[in-house]
Amino acid sequence: MTLIIGILALLFLVLTVLVIGKTQDLLKSVKGVKEVEDDSEVDGANDWNALGLMVFWVLSVVGVVWSFLDAKKDFLPEASSPHGRETDYWFWVSMAVITVAFFIVNTLLFYFPLRYKYNKNRKATFYPHNNKLEVIWTVIPALVMAGLVFTGLRVWNRVMDDAPEDAEVIEIMGRQFAWAVRYPGVDDNELGNYDYRLMDDAAGNNFGIDFTDPNSFDDFTNGTEMHIPKGKPVLLKIRARDVLHSVFIPHMRVKMDAVPGMPTKFWFVADKSTEDMRAELNNPDFNYEIACTEICGRSHFGMKLLLVVDEPEEYEAWKKEQQPFLSLNPGFVEKVPDNLKARALKYVETEDAEVAMVTEEVEVVE
Amino acid sequence: MATVAAAHSDHAHDEHHDLGFIRSYIFSEDHKVIAKQYLISGIIWAIIGGLMSLVFRLQLGFPDMDLSWLKPILGEWVNESGKLDANFYLALVTMHGTIMVFFVLTAGLSGTFSNFLIPLQIGARDMASGFMNMLSYWFFFISSVIMFWSIFIETGPAGGGWVIYPPLSALAEANPGSGTGMTLWLVSMALFIVSSLLGGINYVTTVINLRTKGMTFDKMPLTIWAFTFTAILGILSFPVLLSAALLLIFDRSFGTSFYLSDIYINGQALPNQGGSPILFQHLFWFLGHPEVYIVILPALGLTSEIIATNSRKPIFGYKAMIFSMAGIMFLAFIVWAHHMFMTGMNPFLGSVFMLLTLIIAVPSAVKAFNYITTLWKGNIVFTPAMLFAIGLVSFFVSGGLTGIILGNSALDIQLHDTYFVVAHFHLVMGSAAFFGMIAGVYHWFPKMFGKMMNKTLGYVHFWASIIGVYLVFFPMHYIGIAGFPRRYYQWSGFEAFNTYADLNAFISVAAILTFGAQLIFVFNFIYSIFWGKKASANPWKSNTLEWTTPVNPGHGNWPGEIPTVYRWPYDYSKPGSESDFIPQNIPFSATPESNLPEENELIEEEKDIENIEYNYNIPD
Ligand code: HEM
Ligand SMILES: [Cu+2]
Ligand SMILES: [Cu+2]
Repeated sequence: MTLIIGILALLFLVLTVLVIGKTQDLLKSVKGVKEVEDDSEVDGANDWNALGLMVFWVLSVVGVVWSFLDAKKDFLPEASSPHGRETDYWFWVSMAVITVAFFIVNTLLFYFPLRYKYNKNRKATFYPHNNKLEVIWTVIPALVMAGLVFTGLRVWNRVMDDAPEDAEVIEIMGRQFAWAVRYPGVDDNELGNYDYRLMDDAAGNNFGIDFTDPNSFDDFTNGTEMHIPKGKPVLLKIRARDVLHSVFIPHMRVKMDAVPGMPTKFWFVADKSTEDMRAELNNPDFNYEIACTEICGRSHFGMKLLLVVDEPEEYEAWKKEQQPFLSLNPGFVEKVPDNLKARALKYVETEDAEVAMVTEEVEVVE
Repeated sequence: MATVAAAHSDHAHDEHHDLGFIRSYIFSEDHKVIAKQYLISGIIWAIIGGLMSLVFRLQLGFPDMDLSWLKPILGEWVNESGKLDANFYLALVTMHGTIMVFFVLTAGLSGTFSNFLIPLQIGARDMASGFMNMLSYWFFFISSVIMFWSIFIETGPAGGGWVIYPPLSALAEANPGSGTGMTLWLVSMALFIVSSLLGGINYVTTVINLRTKGMTFDKMPLTIWAFTFTAILGILSFPVLLSAALLLIFDRSFGTSFYLSDIYINGQALPNQGGSPILFQHLFWFLGHPEVYIVILPALGLTSEIIATNSRKPIFGYKAMIFSMAGIMFLAFIVWAHHMFMTGMNPFLGSVFMLLTLIIAVPSAVKAFNYITTLWKGNIVFTPAMLFAIGLVSFFVSGGLTGIILGNSALDIQLHDTYFVVAHFHLVMGSAAFFGMIAGVYHWFPKMFGKMMNKTLGYVHFWASIIGVYLVFFPMHYIGIAGFPRRYYQWSGFEAFNTYADLNAFISVAAILTFGAQLIFVFNFIYSIFWGKKASANPWKSNTLEWTTPVNPGHGNWPGEIPTVYRWPYDYSKPGSESDFIPQNIPFSATPESNLPEENELIEEEKDIENIEYNYNIPD
């Protein structure tokens, strides 16, 4: 790399010297006579520029091939989701198609100048149109496009189709500047309602969970990592509470905006656990990550959440270990309507609950 | 009596030419002066926008660099430890995008060349309304001043990306740039839109009404076709951006909820409900997509002219070029949502827009093929303008091809908002249009200033630029394939994006050198205006009407009668003809040796064309 920068610097140095030399010539001639230039004279520079274009292209081809091979090792590794491998496949198919076009078209574009550079003994061919040619090169791209559209549509429709019934539902919410996740809980496996007007960071309810809905009693949340099971469909329910964000899981080929006021979703299957990837990449520190790809303010670049793909059993075990939100924040039992209090209190150790209520009263008194 | 009247009209005539400095150079209504005003404003903005990109490229290429030396310019935005403020990074990106797209490649490009070339190439004394034309520039000027001012305010300029998506752009709590900075952005853009509409309406009117005798639509140079389509695109789409901006202003200042709903920020739930941020995106991209064609079509128009002239050959497929541009113009209005595949929009809509998007690739491909076939069997002269035009075609092809991937919604899942997109649009729209503009300056400089630009400096400028642009933007594809998101202040926080440090440093170095190379152009431009060699009236031996004017065309463009047009603009190297070009104002009756059979029949109609009564006077 240093070598290339060196060569580049050298190249520009030479150009600079050329320019300065030329500039001085010009400045000298300022006082000289200004003759009317008849630019019909085509001089030797014409041949050099013609040759230059071809040489430029040949060097470019070498550069493109070499740099591609060099950069390839750092492309994202093979996708960890089946739909991701499918889109990757079509990405490389399309890439192959456009690479062929790229080389053919640019080659002609840079070769013709050399082949047909000005020669005062020759005359250009008067060739204003050829309808057959026009039709051919309208139809060929159209056919190629049609092929790509057709395959693209098939994949797109499958990826965007409704999630299977048995999908594991997980909620992910973006805010400035972090992701947080909420699970439906092990008892009812249903996410409770939420309302943005119930959000209250000071009290801890950053999700705006609605405790009049009994489904929310066993829900648990996490602000540092998301766990998902390997091999099972996962449906992400995506929302944002302040500005736009976008959930991006590079290895899963998952991306979907998080929009305030309009919940979105994306479902996928992860078929390589974190451990599988560690082994495959031979990197014991490997972790899946979730990033944000919609500009959301100063720390947009720092919205990272770890993603852990567990074996299904591990995942179930992990879920069981998680404390429901209500257990960790027993004060919210307050918000539960009287007829449901008994069910809610199951998640709160009595002592805790009393303490919580007392502290809350104290706060009110203050 | 008659003598008195004559004397009087002579008097009026003289007055007309003695307008004084202010009326001739500042508040001028002459299209050529206005064009130069746009050009110089555009160049100044390009330098500002380019310098901004260098600052954020330094941040991306050398994240650990001590930027304290920038403190004299950036002040508080560089903190004690020499780091660029992350908010200011976003503000720079936003300003860079806004400036480049709107101020340089819309105003600077269309403003310059539509103004300069439309009257000259269709044979008119000036624009339909010189006054509106002047207003158009001065609205742009005020808009520029406001945008420039916004860079220096305490809370910084707008920082939500050039697309200014709400709620980020609507809530001052969300981002310091969304306060006063955003207000100024919106005011500036509103004025810009007014300017653009005044200009566009004038261009279209002029083309429709003020063509000289014989200049039927099928004899118009492709430049004029391109400018006309561009103006129509602008007229139909800019008002939509204006309404989007207006609703945003309401949301920001008057408590409405067009784009806002269910928001909790800064420990507070906002009262807004029922709005949709997605609505803004639809409105924005309804302009935004046509905008990319507003940027590229004029550049393609200029290129058509330059390539034909310097290949000494007719443009291949003149009619196909017009139909392609018409197709692109029409389709440009119905592909906007390809920018929104991943917004949660109904996937069925995604399918429809994917289909339409890939259709638009066809006319674009046709244009590229036609350029290349024009080179085939030509007799090519490599003026700096010609080299830049060839560069444009290369960028248009290389960048356009990746559009086929991005337009495929299934593939866009991974690539959306990554550097792959940045690479794509910088090649196909940014660099291509930029090259078109530069090519235009080199080519029409003799007519604008009566001087020649220095050729050798032009060559050096070209070679440094084409090499530089590819070195900057080609590697960005790799970074994008690796998933690096755009608008990131730095990537090292993520394991997944913690590679390519070398490549990013390389891109930054290449960007600095490429920018440096543009200074050669600026020098050449200024130097040549004052001390360049005198030009001849038609230095490139071109066919279009502007080259029939004197070296320094005065007010009214032609000292005598406006020439009549008899033939299309591309009679280069016509078999049988002595000379390798036959200007549009040469009748077929004067060239019996080279006429095609159907053209011989047209000789009879020449009398009719000459007898058409036109009122050439500028209504002023
Ligand atoms: C000196 C040459 C240029 C360089 C090095 C450059 C570099 C960049 C980079 C690296 C970004 C992405 C920054 C980020 O996402 O964090 C960017 C954004 C952008 N650039 Fe350029 N650019 C150049 C010229 C241009 C030109 C000629 C145009 C005209 C179309 C342009 C239009 C844009 C736009 C529209 C954006 C997006 C802004 C946004 O994200 O809101 N750039 N540029
Ligand atoms: Cu973000
Ligand atoms: Cu678009």
